[in-house]
Amino acid sequence: MAFNWFKKISKDNPKFWETYLSHFSQDKNPEVAQRYVIFDCETTGLDFKKDVILSIGGVSVVQNMILVNDSIELFLKQDIYKKESAAIHGILKDGKEEKIVEAEAIIRFLEYIKDAILVGHHVRFDIEMINQALKRLDLGKLKNDSMDTDAMYQKFKGLQEDQHSSLDELCKLLKVEKSDRHTASGDAFITAMLFLKLKNRLSI
Amino acid sequence: MKNSIAERIADFLKNFPPFISLPFHDLVTIASEVKVVHAEKNQVLFKVGDATHPNFYIVKEGAIGLSVTSDAEEALIDKCDEGDILGLRPFFAKDNYLMTAKAREESLLYAIPIEIFKPYVEKNTEVLSFLLESFASNTRNPYDKVNKGKLISENVIYDDQSSEIQYFQPISYIKNPITTKRKNPVQSVAQLMTQYKIGSIIIEENDIPIGIITDKDLRSKIATGQFPITTPVEEIMSAPVVTVPENISVAETQLMMLKHNIGHLCVTLDGTNKSKIMGIISEHDVIVAQANNPGVLLKQTKRANRSKELKGIREKLTDLIQNSLDKNIPIQHICNLVGEINSAITKRAIELAIEKMEKQPPARFAWMNIGSQGRKEQLLMTDQDNALVFEDVEEENYDDVKKYFLELADKVTKTLNKIGYEFCPAEMMANNPMWCKSITDWNKQFNAWINTPGEKGILMCSIFFDYDFIYGDAALVESITENISKQVDNNQLFFAYLGTDALKNPPPLGFFRQFLVENDGEHKDSFDLKSRALMPLIDAARLLTLSQNCIGITNTYQRFKKMAELEPQNAHVFEECAEAFSVLLKFRTEEGLQHSSGGRYLNLNYLSKSDKVKLKNTFSPIQDIQDAIKSRFQLTYFT
Repeated sequence: MAFNWFKKISKDNPKFWETYLSHFSQDKNPEVAQRYVIFDCETTGLDFKKDVILSIGGVSVVQNMILVNDSIELFLKQDIYKKESAAIHGILKDGKEEKIVEAEAIIRFLEYIKDAILVGHHVRFDIEMINQALKRLDLGKLKNDSMDTDAMYQKFKGLQEDQHSSLDELCKLLKVEKSDRHTASGDAFITAMLFLKLKNRLSI
Repeated sequence: MKNSIAERIADFLKNFPPFISLPFHDLVTIASEVKVVHAEKNQVLFKVGDATHPNFYIVKEGAIGLSVTSDAEEALIDKCDEGDILGLRPFFAKDNYLMTAKAREESLLYAIPIEIFKPYVEKNTEVLSFLLESFASNTRNPYDKVNKGKLISENVIYDDQSSEIQYFQPISYIKNPITTKRKNPVQSVAQLMTQYKIGSIIIEENDIPIGIITDKDLRSKIATGQFPITTPVEEIMSAPVVTVPENISVAETQLMMLKHNIGHLCVTLDGTNKSKIMGIISEHDVIVAQANNPGVLLKQTKRANRSKELKGIREKLTDLIQNSLDKNIPIQHICNLVGEINSAITKRAIELAIEKMEKQPPARFAWMNIGSQGRKEQLLMTDQDNALVFEDVEEENYDDVKKYFLELADKVTKTLNKIGYEFCPAEMMANNPMWCKSITDWNKQFNAWINTPGEKGILMCSIFFDYDFIYGDAALVESITENISKQVDNNQLFFAYLGTDALKNPPPLGFFRQFLVENDGEHKDSFDLKSRALMPLIDAARLLTLSQNCIGITNTYQRFKKMAELEPQNAHVFEECAEAFSVLLKFRTEEGLQHSSGGRYLNLNYLSKSDKVKLKNTFSPIQDIQDAIKSRFQLTYFT
C-alpha cells in the first residue's frame, strides 16, 4: 500500500507500449539468430521538430537473408502536408494507399520491430522521427539498439568519421541496383541489401 | 496490406520461366514469401550430400556455379546467371543435393519456398511440365536448345568423356533372331544363315537357347571334313550358350566377349540360359555402338585410303560435336577432340597426296594449319587456312623443290576441299607460292611483319601467328617459333600496332546496355558474333601471350589460362575472358549446327531472354580486357 501513491504518478502505460517494453526485459536467447529490422521513414522534411512521418517501410534480416514476408509498409494520414516534398517521395495527401493515423502507425511499428536491432541509412534521423511521434503519445524513446549503414561503410573502408556517403553513393560503390528510390519500402529494401553486403564483409 | 518489395520482386520474376506463365498477382503472392539471400564470392549455397533446403533459388544478380565431384575433382557443370533457377531437387526427390552450388562472384538470390510454389505447380500445367521436363531432360542434357528456359536441376550425371558416356550406354542388338532346332542337318542350317546373311544362329528348344553355331564352327568342323554336312546341328553346336540380360552396356558386352573369347552373345529374358531368347549381340553391334566414338574416328582416319572415306569421317565428326554439346561436354574438351580429328584428317590427306606424287619429298618440310584451325577453334565446317615450310636447299635446287611442294599442297588442298573444308577465299593456303617457302624465307617474312608493321602486315599476323604443326618435321616449326620469340621481345612498336588492331572492334554493348547490331546489309539487325565478340577476345589473347613471349600456345582459351598463370594478380580478368570465350564459341557452334551456317550472325529475336543475359554477360570481360590492353600498351597515346 505504501507505494500506491508512487504508482499513481507513473502514468498508466498503454498495453502496446508495455508489450513493447517486455521484449527488452528478458535476456536474449543466444540460440535464436539476431533479427535486424531495416527501416526508412519518408517525412515532410528534415526538421524533426516540425516535420512529420508520411510513410514507414521496413524489412527484416535474419542471418544472411532478407525476409520479404517479415516486412512492414505504413502510410500515414496527414494534417500537415508540404507540396514541395511530394515531388520527391510521390506520396499525395489523398493517395490511394490505405492510410492510418500516426498513433496507429506507431502501434503497428512497435509490434513489428519488437527488440530487433534497427538498421538504416543515417538511422539516427529515422529513429528521432519515431521518438518524436512517441513523444506526442506521451511515451518514452525507442529502446532498440541501432546500426547505421553509413557508419558500417566507414568502418569497412576505414574512412574518417566525417566522411559521409549518401544512400545513392553507397548503392553505386557496393553495386546495388536502385529502383523505387524515395519510397520508404524501396529505400528500406535497398538499404537492406547494402546492409547484407556490409554485414558479410564486416563479418557481423 | 500493400507490399512494394514483393511487387518489385514479382516484377523481376515475370521475365523468366516458369514464372512467365503465371499471372502477376500470383507472382506478388509468391514474392511476398521470398527470402533474399546474399552470397559472397566463393560462398557455398549448398553442397553435394547436404540435406535439401525448403527453398529453390533464382539468381537475381551475380553468378552461381554448379559443380559435381568426380574422381575427387570438382567439375563445373554450369554457371547460373541472372534469371537462372537452381536447387530444384527438393521438388522431386527427398534425398540430398547431388551438386554443389557456389557463388562465382558476389550474388543475390531469391529463395522461393517450395511449399508456397507447389500449389502453382499443381494448378498450372505449363509450370509443371516446364519443371518436370527440365528436371528429367537435364539429367542428361541441361544445355539442350529444345528444352529452352534451361532450368538447372541437381540431377545431372556428368562424365568428362563423351566416349565413356557412350561406352556405358545400353547396346542395341538384333531382336527376334533367326533360330533353328537341334535335329536340323548342318547343310540346311548353313543355307538358312546364308539366306539371312547372318554369322551365327541359335538352336532353341521351347524358346530356350540350348546351343549356338557360328561361321567358325562351320569352317573348323564341317569344311575340314571332320563332320559330314548331314550331321544334326546339335552335334557340332557350342553349348551352353553364353547369355546376358537385356539392357547390357557396350562396355559389359565387350568384356563378356573378351572373357569367353567369343563373338556372339545371346540375350535372354532374365540373363540366364534357362530363359526365353530375346535377341543376339554380335561383335559388329559393338563396333556400330562406338561409331561416333572419337577414338574410333581417329582410327578410321588413319586407315582411310580415299578422300571419300575422310569426308564420311568429317560428317560423323559433326554428329559427334552435336552429341557432345547435347551431353553438356565442356566446349574446350570438344575443341580438343575435334582439333585432334581435324589434324588427323589433314595429316592423312597429306600422306595420301605424297603417295600420289610418285616421288618422295626432296627436302624436309612441315605443314601448318593457321587461323582458326591453327587455334583449334574450328568446330563448324569453315575454310581451310594452311601454310608449308621446307628446309633451306641449294639455290640451284630451290625452284624444283618449291615446285614439288606447291604441287603437293595443291593436291592436299583439293582433297581437303572434297572432304568439306572449303578453299580459303583469300588464298591463304599452302598451294599459294606466297605461303609455301623455305625456312629462311619464312623467317624473313615474319621479321618484315614484326619490324615494319603496317595495317596489312598486322592482318597477316593475326592469321599467321596462330599456327599449329600438323605434319612433317616439327623442328622447322620450332625454329620459326624461336625466331618470332627473338623478334617480338620488347618490341614496343609492334605491340602498339597489334594492340590498336585488337581494339578495332569495340565492346558490343551500346550506351543503354542494348546489343549493337548490324545496321544494313544481308544481316541487318543480327548480332555479328564473330567480329563483335569472338575476334576481340581472340586478338586480345594473341597480343597478350605474344607480349609475354609465349609463342607456342595458339588456342584462345588456353592463352587466357596461361595469362592467368603468368599474372596471378590479374588472373580474375583472364579467367573471365576464357569463360566468356567458351560461352561465345558455344553460341556460335550451336547457331552454326542449327542453321548449317558459319554461325557468325545471331538473330536476337530468336534468343530467349536468359540466353540474351548469358550473351551479355560475356561482354563485360571484353570491355575489361580492352581497357587493360589500352593502358598496358599505352595505346591512348598511340592512336
